[in-house]
Amino acid sequence: MARSVPSSRKLVFSLIGWGIGFLIFFPILWTFLTSFKTEGEAIANPPNLLFFHWTLTNYIDVQARSNYLLHMMNSIIISFGSTGIGLLVGIPAAWAMAFVPGKRTKFILTWMLSTKMLPSVGVLVPIYLLFRDWGLLDTRFGLTVIMMLINLPIIVWMLYTYFREIPVDILEAARMDGASLGKEILFILTPMAIPGIASTILLNLILAWNEAFWTLNLTAAKAAPLTAFIASFSSPEGLFWAKLSAASTLAIAPILVLGWFSQKQLVRGLTFGAVK
Amino acid sequence: MATVHTRSVARFMLTPSVLMLLAWMIVPLAMTLYFSFLRYNLLMPGMEHWAGMLNYKFFLTDPAFGEALLNTLLLVGGVLIITMVGGILLALLFNQEFWGRGIARLMVIAPFFVMPTVSALVWKNMFMNPVYGLFAWIARSLGLQPIDWFAHLPLTSVTLIVSWEWLPFATLILLTALQSLDSEQMEAAEMDGAGPLSRFIYITLPHMSRAISVVILIETIFLLSVFAEILVTTNGGPGTQSTNLPYLVYAQALLQFDVGGASAGGIVAVILANIVAFFLIRIIGKSLD
Repeated sequence: MARSVPSSRKLVFSLIGWGIGFLIFFPILWTFLTSFKTEGEAIANPPNLLFFHWTLTNYIDVQARSNYLLHMMNSIIISFGSTGIGLLVGIPAAWAMAFVPGKRTKFILTWMLSTKMLPSVGVLVPIYLLFRDWGLLDTRFGLTVIMMLINLPIIVWMLYTYFREIPVDILEAARMDGASLGKEILFILTPMAIPGIASTILLNLILAWNEAFWTLNLTAAKAAPLTAFIASFSSPEGLFWAKLSAASTLAIAPILVLGWFSQKQLVRGLTFGAVK
Repeated sequence: MATVHTRSVARFMLTPSVLMLLAWMIVPLAMTLYFSFLRYNLLMPGMEHWAGMLNYKFFLTDPAFGEALLNTLLLVGGVLIITMVGGILLALLFNQEFWGRGIARLMVIAPFFVMPTVSALVWKNMFMNPVYGLFAWIARSLGLQPIDWFAHLPLTSVTLIVSWEWLPFATLILLTALQSLDSEQMEAAEMDGAGPLSRFIYITLPHMSRAISVVILIETIFLLSVFAEILVTTNGGPGTQSTNLPYLVYAQALLQFDVGGASAGGIVAVILANIVAFFLIRIIGKSLD
């Protein structure tokens, strides 16, 4: 039985909860507000929370000066591309291990997980040199491949934990009724697997969009996604906080919305199914 | 029962993933290991020769290595303490019923979705700038001397930024674990006269222990590789005060072009991460049974 919570207690927790929530969220809110200020107002002291002259010039300037849309496009291509290829490779693997488990399945799964633990910096030198020799530095293709490889273990793991929850009896019943393997996968497995696949896609888009080791080390100008583009604001020439804020707001908004929708799946994906 | 046919189909479907990950793991790692025994500088092409353990000797006896190792441990430890204590408190708070809890929770988890370069630059400029930053303004309003964060407390500043990014992760996972706690057990303990503190210590904490260890280990894996936040804020400085192991290897490879030395550093980083990974994989492996 759920007990009713007294109102005074609820009010106290509401105040604390909202206060802390606001504090933690404040840097994002502040970035959003600053993106509509002029550069002068952005560094004004005392800071102006809401009553400034709202303007869109920063958004226009960021695009005009640095071809923002190119970097946005790079981010989209790299994160969607790597997720797409990852699914093509990962779905069959997860299917095989979930429904036709063998003696080595557990070993393969833990081994895949262990590749995720390999620190990127341990292979930075050879990957950089190989990319240089193969002409892959600063290309979307090269980065898409790397991104797919670093996220493949998570894709396989997440799909595996979802697939395993699909009752095998149903598949066997279909097989008894004479469904071929192809039909079994297409008409029975796929509809039941769609929620799991969707959450896998969401988590991977988020991870790929925000990845900031390989994107910073393997791109320069042409293929730089938003993570690398934003890093160019770290040069100390002048204070461009309003423009930094505009570029940042556009870069984080889409993924923030995706992330808010995928809270539950996130827990499962990031803990490799250890916490549900 | 799976037929022989299904088995071979399954093996066929598994192969691409395994081969790709095998290539991704073995080939570059073997190359790093090989380079780590070479005297190999990108500025002197064609002059590579066998150097034995020399790179390791130079890398491990370089004072910068000692400092980077210490910084790595301080960064990981600092962020873990902040996010675990904060995460447990926030999880307890958000496990209570209150008005608009869903929206407040959205605000708390938001930082996790902000890309590292954005959060680092927003904090560095708009909050921690010693003249125009919000913190400086708050300090002056209180009649205090503003802190020049990145000049005087570089590692602390990076630790704060990274903690802000990871607090939502700890909160979200601990909250998920907390929500599966059986309320009847709690009520029984309450009726038996257990106070809030002893209920927390004897019921809540043991229930969350698995989630806590998973959070610690996963955070450690990611925190051992913190890179972007340092690159865009301090560049490892002043001096090497905020250089961690990944940043040191990066600087050795792509700023000094010393492939041999950087590879030796990379191998050291891999060994360090493997020690943590060993424990993590054992815990997660148990969830397979």
